[in-house]
Amino acid sequence: MSMNKETDEKMSVIARVLDSDIWYSFTRSKVTMVAALVTFLIFASALFAPIISPHDPFDLASLSLMDSLLPPAWNAEGDPNYLLGTDDQGRDVLSTILYGSRISLAVGLVSVAFAAVLGITLGLVAGYMGGRVDAIIMRVADVQLSFPAILIALLIDGTVNALVGGMDRERSAFTVLVISIGLSFWVQYARTVRSSTLVERNKEYVQAARLIGLHPFLIMLRHVLPNVMGPVLVIATINLALAVITEATLSFLGVGIPGTQPSLGTMIRTGNDFLFSGEWWITFFPGAMLAALVLAVNLLGDWLRDALNPKLR
Amino acid sequence: MLAFIIKRFVQSIVVMLVVGLIAFVMFRFVGDPVDQMVGLETSIEDRERLRETLGLNAPLPMQYWNFISSAAMGDFGTSYQFKRPVADMLGDRLPATLELALVSAIFALCAGIPMGVFTALYKDSVLTKLFQAISLVGISLPTFLIGILLIYVFSVQLQKLPSFGRGEVVDIAGWSTGLLTVSGLKALILPAITLGLFQMTLIMRLVRSEMMEILRSDFIKFARARGLTPRAVHFGHALKNTMIPVITITGLQLGSIIAFAIITETVFQWPGIGLMFLQAVQDVDVPIMAAYLLMIAFLFVFINLIVDILYVVVDPRIRIEKA
Amino acid sequence: MSDTLLGVKDLVVEFSTRRGILTAVDKVSFDLERGEVLGLVGESGAGKSITGSAIVGLIDPPGRIAAGTVHLAGQRIDNLPTEKMRHIRGDKIGMVFQDPLSSLNPLYSVAEQLVETILTHKDISKKQARDRAIELLDEVGIPAADLRIDDYPHQFSGGMRQRVVIALALCADPELIIADEPTTALDVSVQSQIVSVLKRMCSEHGASVILITHDMGVIAEAADRVAVLYSGRMAEIGPVRDVIKHPQHPYTKGLMGSIPTITQKGDRLTQIPGSMPRLTDRPPGCAFAPRCEMATSACHQSHPSEENVGTARVACHLITKMGAVA
Repeated sequence: MSMNKETDEKMSVIARVLDSDIWYSFTRSKVTMVAALVTFLIFASALFAPIISPHDPFDLASLSLMDSLLPPAWNAEGDPNYLLGTDDQGRDVLSTILYGSRISLAVGLVSVAFAAVLGITLGLVAGYMGGRVDAIIMRVADVQLSFPAILIALLIDGTVNALVGGMDRERSAFTVLVISIGLSFWVQYARTVRSSTLVERNKEYVQAARLIGLHPFLIMLRHVLPNVMGPVLVIATINLALAVITEATLSFLGVGIPGTQPSLGTMIRTGNDFLFSGEWWITFFPGAMLAALVLAVNLLGDWLRDALNPKLR
Repeated sequence: MLAFIIKRFVQSIVVMLVVGLIAFVMFRFVGDPVDQMVGLETSIEDRERLRETLGLNAPLPMQYWNFISSAAMGDFGTSYQFKRPVADMLGDRLPATLELALVSAIFALCAGIPMGVFTALYKDSVLTKLFQAISLVGISLPTFLIGILLIYVFSVQLQKLPSFGRGEVVDIAGWSTGLLTVSGLKALILPAITLGLFQMTLIMRLVRSEMMEILRSDFIKFARARGLTPRAVHFGHALKNTMIPVITITGLQLGSIIAFAIITETVFQWPGIGLMFLQAVQDVDVPIMAAYLLMIAFLFVFINLIVDILYVVVDPRIRIEKA
Repeated sequence: MSDTLLGVKDLVVEFSTRRGILTAVDKVSFDLERGEVLGLVGESGAGKSITGSAIVGLIDPPGRIAAGTVHLAGQRIDNLPTEKMRHIRGDKIGMVFQDPLSSLNPLYSVAEQLVETILTHKDISKKQARDRAIELLDEVGIPAADLRIDDYPHQFSGGMRQRVVIALALCADPELIIADEPTTALDVSVQSQIVSVLKRMCSEHGASVILITHDMGVIAEAADRVAVLYSGRMAEIGPVRDVIKHPQHPYTKGLMGSIPTITQKGDRLTQIPGSMPRLTDRPPGCAFAPRCEMATSACHQSHPSEENVGTARVACHLITKMGAVA
């Protein structure tokens, strides 16, 4: 009997979701559904890259310079082994894209998570404590907001790289990238959470909680956070696209992921050198993958923002 | 209003000082200035003397002060890599970046505002859907990819436009401009579009959403109820109110255009300060990095100040005290 | 020329939403004489504002006028092309909205907004328009009009702002003024001032007024006749004194009973149990039936039609059955 009740509850949650406005607006928009599908496919292929990719592009031993700069398989000079051609090191473009998007996505997701956690925490602190702490945090936020994220990321990345030096770059590149990108994006989360916190802080249940002796901070966490999850999710989705672009840009500029285990941006950087001599595939396919990913995530973010905006309903 | 301006001015100075501090820390502690300047064979005594001359043994606050005051007067030190005063190098490359930034900003505004207005007023038109598709592309494609794409289409395939460099430049009183030659103008087209596309998209989306929001407001409803012409309602009332947030954000964007120029200059090998900065990052040429940071910060702070003042001037609610 | 200025007949306003088609105004009919003040009362959501907007053609998609007609001075206006309707708005019909602060464009001075409106409808010079604007401000009772005319909306107090709004509505000397909750956003002390301004405009300019409000006090003070709307339908319409003193419809009775008066003795205000049905689930019969003490089975099954009872018209099954109820 109890098992039925549980499944009943689960079914009713699902039923509620399916009946909700959000699902309605989701299924109404074919574009959004396609975007979600594309995002899912890219995520999946990135996740399962080691399993589904035909070669391992990072295994230096398996590369052969004899196979370098081959065009895609449908081209006369192509090799069916390398579906999308190879780059100047003999790496299979298809496999490199799969592994590369893995890295790009990893950087994107982790840096967004980092930015979100940092921003939410600072927003809560600023909103709750008010006074000088609030003023300082918000001032920093305002100033930082007037600088474009790419510049901040570039500065931090560049400076840290300068400090760390060449040898350790391979290992530290990921961390440095995540931190620089994360640090450039925390502000939006902080602002949103702060305004929610300010609203909640004055509510009576916070005073009541104080009287009882419960730490109001924890109470607010339980009440502010749910309110704020919607906008935070929208910010995070759009942020993800931006983070991926930022990583790709930094890699393209040469200060991101180094060339031995390339991300999509790094691949484009390599391919750029060969554009004029006609080897277009090294740039085109990573570029297309990058564009598809960012486009899809942006569309999802757009839809999410409209779906969660009470004013537009 | 004067009080407001003074307050903002003071804030700007504070920000500059803080940025100056960051730049100073970078300058002083990333790599060793003396090591960068001398060869390997130089004796330790000579190095010490150099240290003394450069003032590197003075107390830190004093070093900071020296750094700030020299920077304020235009002395940014000497490049490690090129052994030239950074200020000179900046002066050489600045016109290239500024021209590029200006042309792309104009492009972004002239394309973005009308597109935004159109998509707000004619929501169901086919043209609107086209504009929105373009805006999506503009926001999603990273700048460097757009640049590469444009190069591939117009330089590699069509061979109509140059893919690198500024073309011929003309020197006018120390300012080298590419606007006066055909090849200079041709060279400007692709980079300007690349740099401006993202901004254009932002402006278009902003104008659209602001205008749609305002078109729903009460005073627009009242304007229509008074029988005003559609032109008066849309342009006289709605557009004018839209312009305030648009001015603000566009002004702020101007600064980020200059920063984004780094990417565009890399793709097109445009000899501006962005490219210089990037090379400095790769060479760990700290004086250039610090100088660039200071300059960009100054630009941003200055632009923000102007925008804030402009805002006050334009919006009577802030300008005139309540009765 | 007949005395009937406005004729609304069987007006139906629908909104298509994802939950289906919602009927906000369901076959509302009434006439308005020249120089008359008609009050349109009802709860929030009863359809009064939408009726007002429908008369001036300001119903935007997803809403539309689905059926019925609106005649102004004998001419049908509900099906006019947009441009023709625009000429009627402001010129023949003036509208006043609830919130004077948000009704005025904060970036333009009062003078600019007045002159613009005057010049839209009258072919005179800018100077003449400005003079007329000062006159208007004077008429609505703004002191030192010629000095204050160049001020911006935020520089006026709430009551003064609403007078500016009324002046704007009167720019072209319209025959009909629709005032949608003109006093709701104002302090109580200022409310009666605005009401008297409206009344004065009505009598001095010969304009008719539709006064939309949920405040019966305002109606009692200003209106000649009153129409009571409930859930998009007309419950009762009649002369103000009669409807207030001798309400016929059970809803109107409940309404009158719930208004406190100084002379009334007793310890409780009557309260109508329940609430007005949402547009998504309106009952099949009389909309008020679920809350009505005297509802019969007929009430739950079909819409009542309007019947004359003395000076009033009432839509209630009980009337047709029992005749006039004292």
